[in-house]
Amino acid sequence: MRRREFLTLPAQSLGGLLLYTLAGEPIRMQAQEGEVRVPLRFFTAAEARVISAACERILPSDESGPGAKEAGVVIYIDRQLAGPYGRDKYRYTKGPWIESVPEHGYQGKANPRQIYREGIQKLGDFAALSAEQQDAKLVAIERTNFFQMLRTHTIEGMFCDPMHGGNAGMIGWQLIGFPGPVMSYREEIEEFRGKPFRRKPKSLADIVGHPVKGWEEETG
Amino acid sequence: MVRLKPVDVVIVGGGWTGLAMARELVGGSSLSVVVLERGPSRTLADYSASMDEVDYAIRHRMMQNIAEETVTHRFTIRDPAAPIRQYGNFLPGTGVGGSGEHWTGIAERHVPEDFILGTLLREKYGSRLPADLAVQDYGVTYEDLEPYYWRAEQMMGVGGQAGNVQGKLIEGGNPYEGVRSHHYPNPPHKTTYAMTLFVQAARELGYHPYPSPAATLTQEYTNPDGVSRMACQYCGYCMLFGCMVGAKSQPSNTLLPVLRNKKTFDLRTESWVRRIVHRNGKAEGVQYMDGKGQEVMQPAHMVVLASFTPNNTRLLLLSKIGDPYDPVAGKGTLGRNFTHTVGGGGGAVILDKPLNGFMNAGGQGIRLSDFAGFRGLDPDSGVLRGGLASGGGGGGHPIASFGRIPPGTAPRNWGSQWKKAALEYHDRMTGVGGFEMDHLAYKHNFLDLDPTYTDKWGDPLLRLTIDWTEHEQRQREFASKVGAKLAQEVARISGGRVVTSQRTARSSRHYQTAGYATTHLQGGAIMGRSPDSSVVNTWLQHWHMANLWVIGGSAFPQNSAYHPTLTSIALTYRAADAMIHRYLKHPGALA
Repeated sequence: MRRREFLTLPAQSLGGLLLYTLAGEPIRMQAQEGEVRVPLRFFTAAEARVISAACERILPSDESGPGAKEAGVVIYIDRQLAGPYGRDKYRYTKGPWIESVPEHGYQGKANPRQIYREGIQKLGDFAALSAEQQDAKLVAIERTNFFQMLRTHTIEGMFCDPMHGGNAGMIGWQLIGFPGPVMSYREEIEEFRGKPFRRKPKSLADIVGHPVKGWEEETG
Repeated sequence: MVRLKPVDVVIVGGGWTGLAMARELVGGSSLSVVVLERGPSRTLADYSASMDEVDYAIRHRMMQNIAEETVTHRFTIRDPAAPIRQYGNFLPGTGVGGSGEHWTGIAERHVPEDFILGTLLREKYGSRLPADLAVQDYGVTYEDLEPYYWRAEQMMGVGGQAGNVQGKLIEGGNPYEGVRSHHYPNPPHKTTYAMTLFVQAARELGYHPYPSPAATLTQEYTNPDGVSRMACQYCGYCMLFGCMVGAKSQPSNTLLPVLRNKKTFDLRTESWVRRIVHRNGKAEGVQYMDGKGQEVMQPAHMVVLASFTPNNTRLLLLSKIGDPYDPVAGKGTLGRNFTHTVGGGGGAVILDKPLNGFMNAGGQGIRLSDFAGFRGLDPDSGVLRGGLASGGGGGGHPIASFGRIPPGTAPRNWGSQWKKAALEYHDRMTGVGGFEMDHLAYKHNFLDLDPTYTDKWGDPLLRLTIDWTEHEQRQREFASKVGAKLAQEVARISGGRVVTSQRTARSSRHYQTAGYATTHLQGGAIMGRSPDSSVVNTWLQHWHMANLWVIGGSAFPQNSAYHPTLTSIALTYRAADAMIHRYLKHPGALA
């Protein structure tokens, strides 16, 4: 049994309501104060800080709006890695392992957990570096499996249903104007032809009226 | 091994063709029918709780567990094969309804040419055809199948615009379709902004755009079996998802309601068939593993193989039924004519208005047949067959659709500049002129058993030997030209701008198992008029085993650009008719 590790974040940094100025600039309103202690399932607190900082360079919080930090992307990744995906439960892992052509996709033996652990090693004291130094470090590993995976997971964690731990307060969906898994657009689909459709997003749990568990919660 | 009481018919696989066959046999005879399905059963509530992009569109939660069984692939017989370790270019579903649960719902017919393509190509090109071409006729004609197509369309409640009803051409439909006996049971789908632009652009260029025939109900509908379903809500959770309101025709909501309470019908889930048991040229039943890991023998008077295309061939190979195909010696039939789909072309146009791409229905879209078949081909291009162009799509789910930016907009695909551009162009890029083209059959593309890799029971995996040839490369060049022309016209009328599609830039000369293409796999146990060149006759009855039937896409001698589901079902209906009205009266080979 591993020691319980927590990621402590300022509540102010997560989620919130996204408003736009007349000039179209996004402003994030978040009244929550204090700290949020998120129990980690896979990462240690130190590893989570490294991944969090790296995700923040992939989707930064900047003048174009909130990024990986506000969405809690690292929490999404932590849960994915702790779940069946992280240990390749649903991947064909029988040998022999051979090196093959790129057309065959990833043929490596390492599962996502192992790929992350190795990648984190290479990033070293990443969280302590300046943004420029961090970018230089990421550029150097851009072509690795680890970075490709990290980039993909960052986008996933930014725009996933909040049940998976990312997209806190549906901040990612607010950013791109995605209304969530709305059951019907039968009237709207032609009414809003070529016109912006902006509605406060709803999560899957909001829509079906009960909590829904992601696949990452599967045990065994 | 548990030995069960014999039944009349055992059907392997509970997808579209398996349950359509069951529906025909249960409704049209007194036979006892057992369907064995490898996966679980699901309810509408399961589907509403599955409107989630991560678990279903990205992690493929509705698909067969690839850890338990996959396929291997090599380009040629000289290359080593590697297993497909994570889902890629096709997505086989599991559970009651099979891939018919997560399909998109494009329910179109083949055209008359498709069925006689071997003859047509030889007549037209003769000795100029590639030497290793293996294209064959189906042995049935479009006219033979028309009544069965019509039944399949009514069963699903397909919505569309007919182009040719009893020889009368109808504006707005596909003028090049085979003659239809009836209009579609339902009208076409609603249209989005992007669709209206594509229709206008195609018409300006003198083409004939028409709405994709869709099995996602365009209005409330009751089919001839009395199954009522509600209209599609355009929620956008269609392809890779099951429908949470039952509007998308799926075997579970269209066929199962008729079968469920019938005394002569039994559906067993979590039943993994490993062998067809046979003796002296006669099938005696199937051997399967049940959900508890118990080995079970189900004796049956007739066996129907209705699993996913490659698995039909695999089960025949594992059971040692038929002559495995040998491409070097040019002998054998089992495993030959394996085809997929040739994708290509397609540009993207950036519009100044939002697409609201999250509002959509499976099967909703605009198609052109102006470049399908032999039409519109430059005689000197070396392209033997064209395909269908589509347009009016765009957007989709938030993760998959985020991050597409025009080339040169940001120095790399991450960081501030990329994010800014991704937000700016989000929901504003529409795909125009993407092609799906006929994939011709070649002697060197085939299926056999892999000598190295095994499934969870230790049975050999199926091995795909397939690669693109010069011809498919030329088809893609052709598609790019037409696609670019269409994209430019959409840009012109909308005031938008054309961007190079990533798909064109990435296209490989080789067949790829990574990255989704389509789930339209064909061949392996093909139909035909002679046991020398096919595995099953035109009633899908095995040439060498009269009480064994092999149905589904495995019977197609080659791929047609027109999607395969409706044709698979029409062929199944025709097979069922022959079984009930001829075979049962005189069991034996149907001639």
